[in-house]
Amino acid sequence: MIAAMASTAPTTLVHLSAVDLVIIAFYFALVLGIGFYLKRFAKTGEDFFLAGREMTAWVAGLAFVSANLGSLELLGWAGSAYQYGILAVHWYWIGAIPAMVFLGIVMMPFYYISKTHSVPGYLQLRYGSAASALSAVTFAIMTILMSGVNMYAMAVVMKVVLGWNINFSIWVSSLTVGIYVAAGGLFSAIFNEVLQFFLIWFGALLIPILGLIETGGWKGMVARIQQNFPGQDYTHAWSTLGRFQDNPMGMHWTGIVFGLGAVQAMGYWTTDFLVVQRVLSAKDIRSAKMAPIIGSFFKMAVPLIVILPGLLGLAVLPMHLVPASSLQPGQYSYNEVLPLMLARYCGPGLLGLGITALVAGFMAGMAGNVSAFATVWTYDIYRPFLLKTAPDQHYVSMGRWCTLIGLFVSIGTAYLAMGFASIMDYVQALFGFFIAPLFGTVLLGMLWKRVSGAAGFWGLLAGTLSSVSMFTLMKLDHRWVGVFALSPHAQGLAQDMYQALWSCVTCVVVTVLVTLVTKPRPDEELKGLVYALTEVAQEEHTSFLHRPLFWGMAALTVLVVLQVIFW
Amino acid sequence: MSEKHQIIQVWFFVGVLLLVYGFLILASGLAEWSHPPDTVLADLHAPVWWGGLLFVLGLIYCIKFAPVRKS
Repeated sequence: MIAAMASTAPTTLVHLSAVDLVIIAFYFALVLGIGFYLKRFAKTGEDFFLAGREMTAWVAGLAFVSANLGSLELLGWAGSAYQYGILAVHWYWIGAIPAMVFLGIVMMPFYYISKTHSVPGYLQLRYGSAASALSAVTFAIMTILMSGVNMYAMAVVMKVVLGWNINFSIWVSSLTVGIYVAAGGLFSAIFNEVLQFFLIWFGALLIPILGLIETGGWKGMVARIQQNFPGQDYTHAWSTLGRFQDNPMGMHWTGIVFGLGAVQAMGYWTTDFLVVQRVLSAKDIRSAKMAPIIGSFFKMAVPLIVILPGLLGLAVLPMHLVPASSLQPGQYSYNEVLPLMLARYCGPGLLGLGITALVAGFMAGMAGNVSAFATVWTYDIYRPFLLKTAPDQHYVSMGRWCTLIGLFVSIGTAYLAMGFASIMDYVQALFGFFIAPLFGTVLLGMLWKRVSGAAGFWGLLAGTLSSVSMFTLMKLDHRWVGVFALSPHAQGLAQDMYQALWSCVTCVVVTVLVTLVTKPRPDEELKGLVYALTEVAQEEHTSFLHRPLFWGMAALTVLVVLQVIFW
Repeated sequence: MSEKHQIIQVWFFVGVLLLVYGFLILASGLAEWSHPPDTVLADLHAPVWWGGLLFVLGLIYCIKFAPVRKS
């Protein structure tokens, strides 16, 4: 799809002035400067891979939410808002907030108390080498492939929006990321994610502000959308989800609640190491619990700068955007709605800020991928299987080299994606195969002490294989969509949600069955790893305003209110 | 370990970024005041007030989180 955009782009969308170029150049200089500055502080393994576990709840929380706020995400979901209307908001609300609160309140204590460096590291402690190796190897491969695919997507967007050469974009951005992550490790990655967070907000927030002024507020925007697209409902989040064929997404509320909210989101936000690593850098357990909850409030606000611009695009853009797969010369795709809105309202200076926000988002996403890859490779593959005993300094060097090697593999993947455009969709789908079953494995391991190591491994493997099988069958023969996604009208996103749901169910069922016929580990070995055998510090003597549980409940209350408002 | 506590806080870098960007955008908005760019709602002069906001926020962050030199 991205390749289709590149080949049919009418002209470059925007033209940068001198001040815009200065703004972009300053960002590159600043992140490189920060990387070199932080190098002196990243001496030990804990410094390099976990930012010394020194981050406050606010920094870890912003980095946590920012690691998921890449530019591809922004462009893609703004495009989805244009295509599906406000239904896209579910991926920011029910598809994120309950999972973030659950991570903070229930799961974080186990990750933190076990002193693990990674999610595969937790599996190693809880289930042993087999489940950990399966998780680590798949995560390492998929992370690096995703990084390359995102890199290529970024280069294409830069070509379409700015007319920049694809090779120039790939090499300049990836070398910059490689230098600052190899220098400062997770310190650098987190610092730049916090910078990116501010950049994205200040770069994109003007679009909804000016858009709402132009349309005369929310009601004016809705009226214009109804005028431009008569007979279609783009502004209600739940009322059209009663039947698959009643909404443009081909979605049913069960897919949103159970597939997205209960499985897919839980899997992503609680077990995807790329985001969990940010929380593990927190300075103490209370900060680790608060970080995802702080992040949840910001996540709830992200639709302002992502979904609302897509809806405003429906209201104010003079042309109708089309799917990237059917793009003709002279047309624009859904994914270009955000740059189009940027060009509509922003002149010199503001345009540079918006473009820098996009570039920063891409680079922060890439940095997140390579720093997570370096950690998982070094601590979950290299150390347990290749070189068990070496000085800490050796593992730090390995992490630095891994960052650079991972980056070059990513660049290779980017060029592979350039040659075989369809590989991008498959790589993105592949990533989803592992997340949902992994959630089942980690959650059962935390909550049920009876689960054995063999059960963890076979459950994870069965869940992953079932996910791959469902994906393949639905691609090969559409009749399977009616079986797995409950309706032949279910479209791509709906299929993904039910695929996640059934793969997690498969994982849980297999794990339970294998547990019943295998021997559990002794309680002594599971202390600090499972709920029944772990003493989590209670907070009776802390005021309400300092308790993660209070703020978690507050986040969930705001979430419910938002659902009612936009029902 | 003690050295790590002397790391310049990330908020200071955020302040520098906002300060510089605020200045550039504000200056650019003022320079084009009499002949605004060909964008929708250009008459609102968004670069001026948005750049001004960034500049003020950046200044506050820079002052509040400025690195302290210890003797």
